[in-house]
Amino acid sequence: MSRTAMRIVPTLALVLAAAPLAAQAPAVAPAVATQPKLGPAPRLIVPAVQKSRLANGLSIEVVPMHEVPLVQASLLVSGGARLDAARPGLATFTANMLDEGAGSRDAFQLAAEVAYLGATLNTGASWDAITVDVGAPKRTFARAMGLAADVVLRPTLAAADIKRQRDLRLASILQQRDQPGAVAGLVFNSMVFPAGHPYHAPITGDSAATASLDSALVRDFWRRASDPRRATLVVTGDVTLAEVRALAQRLFGTWKAPANPLPLAGTPAEPPRPATHIVLVNKPGAAQSVVAIGAPGVTRRSPDYPAIMLMNTILGGSFSSRLNDILREQKGYTYGAGSGFGWRPVPGPFTASAQVRTNVTDSSLAIFFQEFRRIRDSGVTATELERARAYLVLGSLGDFETTGQVASQLASLTILGLPLTTIPADLAAIQRLTAADVQRAARTYLDPGHYTVVIVGDIANIRAGIDRLGIGPVEVRDYNGKEVGS
Amino acid sequence: MLHRRTPLALAAAALVAAAPAAAHAQSAPLRVAYVLDTLPNGLTLIVHEDHSAPIVTVNTWRHVGSGDETRGRTGFAHLFEHLMFMGSEHAVYPQFDRLLEAAGGDNNGSTNNDRTNYYEEGPANALPLMLWLEADRTGWLLPTMDSAKVDLQRDVVKNERRQGVDNQPYGLADETIAAMLYPASHPYSWPVIGSMTDLSAASLEDVKNFFRRYYAPNNTTIAVAGDVKAAEVKALVEKYFGEIPRGPAITRNDPPAFSLHADTMAVLEDRVQLPRLYYTWHTVKAWAPDDAALDLVAYLLTGAKNSRLTQTLVYDKQTASQVQAFHDSRRLDGEFDVIATARPGHALPELQTVVDAELARLASSGPTARELEQAQNAREASFLRGIERVGRKADELNGYYYQIGQPDGFQRDLDRYRAVTAADIQRVVRTYLTGPRVILSIVPEGKRDLAAKGRSTP
Repeated sequence: MSRTAMRIVPTLALVLAAAPLAAQAPAVAPAVATQPKLGPAPRLIVPAVQKSRLANGLSIEVVPMHEVPLVQASLLVSGGARLDAARPGLATFTANMLDEGAGSRDAFQLAAEVAYLGATLNTGASWDAITVDVGAPKRTFARAMGLAADVVLRPTLAAADIKRQRDLRLASILQQRDQPGAVAGLVFNSMVFPAGHPYHAPITGDSAATASLDSALVRDFWRRASDPRRATLVVTGDVTLAEVRALAQRLFGTWKAPANPLPLAGTPAEPPRPATHIVLVNKPGAAQSVVAIGAPGVTRRSPDYPAIMLMNTILGGSFSSRLNDILREQKGYTYGAGSGFGWRPVPGPFTASAQVRTNVTDSSLAIFFQEFRRIRDSGVTATELERARAYLVLGSLGDFETTGQVASQLASLTILGLPLTTIPADLAAIQRLTAADVQRAARTYLDPGHYTVVIVGDIANIRAGIDRLGIGPVEVRDYNGKEVGS
Repeated sequence: MLHRRTPLALAAAALVAAAPAAAHAQSAPLRVAYVLDTLPNGLTLIVHEDHSAPIVTVNTWRHVGSGDETRGRTGFAHLFEHLMFMGSEHAVYPQFDRLLEAAGGDNNGSTNNDRTNYYEEGPANALPLMLWLEADRTGWLLPTMDSAKVDLQRDVVKNERRQGVDNQPYGLADETIAAMLYPASHPYSWPVIGSMTDLSAASLEDVKNFFRRYYAPNNTTIAVAGDVKAAEVKALVEKYFGEIPRGPAITRNDPPAFSLHADTMAVLEDRVQLPRLYYTWHTVKAWAPDDAALDLVAYLLTGAKNSRLTQTLVYDKQTASQVQAFHDSRRLDGEFDVIATARPGHALPELQTVVDAELARLASSGPTARELEQAQNAREASFLRGIERVGRKADELNGYYYQIGQPDGFQRDLDRYRAVTAADIQRVVRTYLTGPRVILSIVPEGKRDLAAKGRSTP
């Protein structure tokens, strides 16, 4: 451990050969003895968005980026899984079906053509939109978009294909049981959001609802959800607005609004916030416990978004955050711990989580709650605040590097009904906020007296310690969140 | 800041030329401009300027991985990677992460069989901080290293193993296959994460010896890519790294060549709902003549919905819920894996029959021209999209330099896929994927009757 044993002074010949700088450095104080001072940081300049609209209502948003002949497009149809109503999983299932054959091509021909063009075409649904994403070289972009138009306007949705994909989804729902992290998430959402709330069931559905899916349901859903008046085509890369508009007119100009569109989901009733309680899901012999703690969060449209982001970065949103620092770096209980808010128009969950060694499950739980209270009661230090500020503000510089990143930033804000200028406005707010603002955000948006705690682990080995903590009543449920005792 | 630099424009031109829509077949070669320097202490520096966004990445490769470990100390290279973040003489713990975050930067590290990499990325003005931190732990790691730090990260790594292996369904597959495929003396026969017993055995003395042997500047290459000037990067690297002494030369005794002489079978019971079949064949090293053709075989089998195994198993016969093929070639050896999960109600022998038949068909009649071109175009497109980011480009520059001694291996890499013919595909399937293999079945507890069977006739 002696320092000199490590610090071998390079031979004179090597030093001279290396560089004049090194030769001038005194042997007792290497250049690394002094931490460098950094020059002024670059500023984020978000690109201007050019907009248009077709006569049928389809919105167009374009960010030209001409340096590379690549183009990225996202067609967003608002609605998404919040339209599922009585059939959880319907929107994500329908989205997955769209590229299982469309226009004159079956699933194989479509996939082959996309790959042959050097393109990508992906379909999916979030809680708030169904999306078709296309990436292609400029040269084949129009042809790739032609395939996307088939997918959106002319999906085959054949009964045999639907049955096959439904059975595959049933198999994947069955396999969720194998994964303790997936089980914890599923049980957590089913407890935090009551039956009737759109987030109660998994976004990919449960087995009962999935088993009931057939071609009539899927076709009806897509007929009524695919409304050009609710759709936006976001395009970034080597294109102009005029080119995109002409292409959109040719490919999507005939897209007609449905006669009876699905009613857009309203704002669900505020979920109840019961006093803190613990739900255990048994995994006998588990090497770790998966811990998820939280409650309904807050809408992305909240004016407190910048303060909450700062607060969460310090609590559990970065490597140096308190939760990770204590649970991983000080205690060695976990490979990683953190917290986050599900930022959606309708408040998603606030969740703090970690996978911890079985025999420290109770100690970890105590630390989580200690940290929720500490940031509320004592706030944050000036050092933490400045670090989190820089991490968020300067970290955003890397979010606009590629056509895909710009398209994804634009798409996620469009779904929220917010302009791209929201990002610099939020960052400017983050620059101004004080430690008092951060503490106020903690007091307003962290509520450790009303949290649901879900732990998937070896009950026989963790139960006694958890009971002793006295955090709240303890009950036992199965992998579906169904009660099996207490 | 939204702009990407010129060489990528050429990259995309190459891509376009590959697609049939392009009128001209001649494509401009993909060039990623770089400056290569070696300091007197052996440190290699590769700088690539890309002024399209005001960010920079410092990507450092240490030419050491789990392939340099010995039995009894498995997992050590990766455990050591964790210790590199535990502070050094002038940037004491926990300054590494905190200073970077306070400058708007991020970092991580990763270890595989052949190398350990570290990166810092963030705003371009943070470059001096990134190089200073990397230099301090390259030259001055040991003064603040102690047993408490080793113990702490040992616990973290054990948790990483619990999370990624022990508490994961099918989590034991990789290390079970490695132990069956490679001779016990071959360093790829144990997993990068290591065993719990060996992690427990790692000592502070091991840490010191490993650092002195493998973390010297002459075993380190640094690729810097982003909104920087090459001359300024070089001056900073000389300033901070120039005083670190060269370490001992590293000599490696590569394990002797081996081959599998007969199918090797194993069955594991796990807490899973569905049985899963694993086939693994021994193939070739990275950049060996048949490496690229084997990568394309993986795409032809499972790269898209119309790929042969996906279409047959998942769509037509509907006996599998998922199927994936990979070719994983590394410095010392390579392997090809086919992994298929049965649908509920189906057993693994049903899947085996299809996999065997599809491989036999590919060996006997090869892919169609269109099928092969799809595989080549898809691979090229995904590669070009990947290197849109400076972080990925820096890692590739380091990787090419390590593997082929030339940082700008991008076009050469693309060319070897374009050169593969249908006859090559047939030949490599016949040569590598019809002979002896490892057959692993992971089945639900108590359901060994669902497991794979051996070949009925040789």
